[in-house]
Amino acid sequence: MIYFDKVSKIYPDNSVAVDNVTFSIEPNEFLSIVGHSGAGKTTLLKLLLAEERPTQGKVLFESTDVHALKRSDVTKLRRKIGMVFQDFRLIPDKTVYENIAFAMEAAGKVDEAIQADVPHVLELVDLGKKIWNFPHELSGGEKQRVAIARAIVNQPDVIIADEPTGNLDPVNTYDIVQILKRINDLGTMIILTTHNKGVIDSLGKRVITMEGGKMVRDDKEGRYTL
Amino acid sequence: MFLTTAKRILKSGFFNFWRNGFVSLSSVLIMVVTLFVIGSIIFLGAVFDFSLATLRDKVDINVYFVTSAPEEEILTIKKGLETLPEVSSISYVSREVALANFKERHKDDEFTLQALDELEENPLGASLNIKAKEPSQYEGIAQYLQSENILSTAGTPIIDKINYFQNKVAIDRLSKIVDSATQLGFFLMLILGIISILITFNTIRLVIYISREEINVMRLVGASDFYVQGPFIVGGMLYGFIAAILTLLMFYPLSFWLGSFTTSFFVGLNMFEYYLRHFLTFFAAIVGSGVLIGAVSSYLAVTRYLKK
Repeated sequence: MIYFDKVSKIYPDNSVAVDNVTFSIEPNEFLSIVGHSGAGKTTLLKLLLAEERPTQGKVLFESTDVHALKRSDVTKLRRKIGMVFQDFRLIPDKTVYENIAFAMEAAGKVDEAIQADVPHVLELVDLGKKIWNFPHELSGGEKQRVAIARAIVNQPDVIIADEPTGNLDPVNTYDIVQILKRINDLGTMIILTTHNKGVIDSLGKRVITMEGGKMVRDDKEGRYTL
Repeated sequence: MFLTTAKRILKSGFFNFWRNGFVSLSSVLIMVVTLFVIGSIIFLGAVFDFSLATLRDKVDINVYFVTSAPEEEILTIKKGLETLPEVSSISYVSREVALANFKERHKDDEFTLQALDELEENPLGASLNIKAKEPSQYEGIAQYLQSENILSTAGTPIIDKINYFQNKVAIDRLSKIVDSATQLGFFLMLILGIISILITFNTIRLVIYISREEINVMRLVGASDFYVQGPFIVGGMLYGFIAAILTLLMFYPLSFWLGSFTTSFFVGLNMFEYYLRHFLTFFAAIVGSGVLIGAVSSYLAVTRYLKK
């Protein structure tokens, strides 16, 4: 379970990115966070990943305060969270296989497990044939599927998808959302931020709406209302 | 686990090097310049050391005795000198040997030989050639000899002259010139060395700057600092190692080409022979500095992006 407890983030130039936000997310939940650009969606995710420190309040991950963790423990925390970004963020010099293997190596998995799991997870995202390609040889949708494969390969407790469909066409958007839904059905918590009304409305899952750093709505089976 | 991690880091370092071929090549070439300067510093040091040593070797004291000096007394003085701790060697040149040497030296000069024949007696005195262990010790030996002179028996002094004081000024001046040339040379080389190390450092920093996003991604997927740094450090060491091998290869024809020139110019030091004889030193110094500069630059550059 993840718990944001009266969290505020004020940057040194006095801009308020997150203003006194409190909510919790259950394991197995599929939560979407919507809002205009600058509403504080990405800052919430960065706070959870301990990339940013809150000015006030606490962020708890399985009842540990993520900002009280040592540097080496932050690394361990991040292994429990799979990340998917709008700009894919694959390592350009590594093949599809190596990009995914890297996440497993970083987590200290043995070679046998890597050799078995990487092709398997690529089959799950339907990219089994592109295993030896480099990222620049893939389309946007394919890159995002590699990123999802990398995010799930260590069987994390949570997948954070920060506008994962922002750079994709409708067909690929649909595919990515379906993959995320499948992952959620298998029991992994998903936190999705998006601008895409169609995605939110088709999901029919919980939606938190952010505006100017404040949480203005929290609907159990929400729709995109801005 | 450590072995697996080490293996992965090494592999990743090699792959990065190979896949970023052009970037790697330019880093290697920049590093060659740095290592070339470092190698040249060693050569320069050798040349100056050799010149100084040769020059110092030329410093000695010749004690010329009057022609009437009895051989036993000269040998007594020689024995006395041999007990001095500063003295490294003494050779005795008897009057007969001195004459023979003189004749040999002037064998093409008939007038001199004729003039010598005119004299019925051998005009040359015996001499002692003294070498000290350290150039600074000649002063003391010369002073000792002067006091011996005063103390010499039989009433009349047997020492004719000591040539140290005549040579001293010239030798001192030459030593000073070589010394300041060495210092100036090292100073210039040092500056050049520092500049090229800075250039290398910045080149590697640029190479890693290109990878800053990659470093960020690695951290986000949960890689430890060590695991992120490792491949870059391996890459940097690889730049250094390859650049070092190239530099060592370059010195081979270069020192061969310069060899005959330096032999005549620097009183007999053949750079090529010196290079071959001290190859292990060159290897250790150049490969060592290359690998070290590569590793340290990479480490510092990556750490910058890890701190964020």
